[in-house]
Amino acid sequence: MIVNQFLVLAAALFAMGVYGLLVRRNFVLILLSIELMLNAVNINLIAFESMLSTPEAVGQVFAIFVITVAAAEVGIGLAIVLMIFRNRRSANVDELSLMRW
Amino acid sequence: MTVTDWVAEPVNWVFALVGLAVLLAGYRVVTTKNVVRAALFLVAALGGSAALFLLLSAEFVAWVLVLVYIGAVIVLFLFGIMITRAPTGFDEGLDTDNKLWPALLSLALFVTLAWASIDAFGANEILSTGDPTSTELIGESLLGRFVIPFEVVSFVLLAALIGGITIARRDPTPLEGEERLTV
Repeated sequence: MIVNQFLVLAAALFAMGVYGLLVRRNFVLILLSIELMLNAVNINLIAFESMLSTPEAVGQVFAIFVITVAAAEVGIGLAIVLMIFRNRRSANVDELSLMRW
Repeated sequence: MTVTDWVAEPVNWVFALVGLAVLLAGYRVVTTKNVVRAALFLVAALGGSAALFLLLSAEFVAWVLVLVYIGAVIVLFLFGIMITRAPTGFDEGLDTDNKLWPALLSLALFVTLAWASIDAFGANEILSTGDPTSTELIGESLLGRFVIPFEVVSFVLLAALIGGITIARRDPTPLEGEERLTV
């Protein structure tokens, strides 16, 4: 296995996440796209760890940190979606013009 | 490493199969017209990623991914979908109308990233396949060199938990004349 096959796969996943982030209108689907991007970063970290074999498994530890922060982000994000839906009866981000200048 | 060498390794066949499944699932996550299917395709993409982690001998992280993501985060997503979009079905209004520029931008991003990584790591091989990284090593690293980030991230998780409850909680005393949706 060469490290590049994982890096290119992760780049493709990340680009898909960016596409979803820009194209989707629904807040929940935007959060799903962000998860896709974070997962691409995790693949990169694990691939580099496997290539370098650091004595303290640094890449894997950082992947665990990324997973933890992603879990926190989903919790907050869905709470915000719920609040917006309760007030506006819609979870579409382009209908949220309340804070637009 | 030539192409014939690459094909000769059976582990690369597994990679090609799983990688293709991950890409297909990821593509369906951002294009499907059904929100529940998008969440379920994300399960497939994350499960494939966990299989890739196993190929890269990161056993502990692979199972953490399965437990935390597929076990908890996706369930949370499905809750969010059920609350905000019930009844769930196919919906044409999930995407914006202008898809050309996002597609071009993400394609450019992919080409840039792929070119940069191929340029930088041409034929660097992954040699440490086989034995999984021991969980003991990860645990010692987490509570040794990375103990401060570990504590910080646990605090972030606690803050997110409290923040999530506070944001989503219904205010017990409604404002004068405030209309409420019963969700």
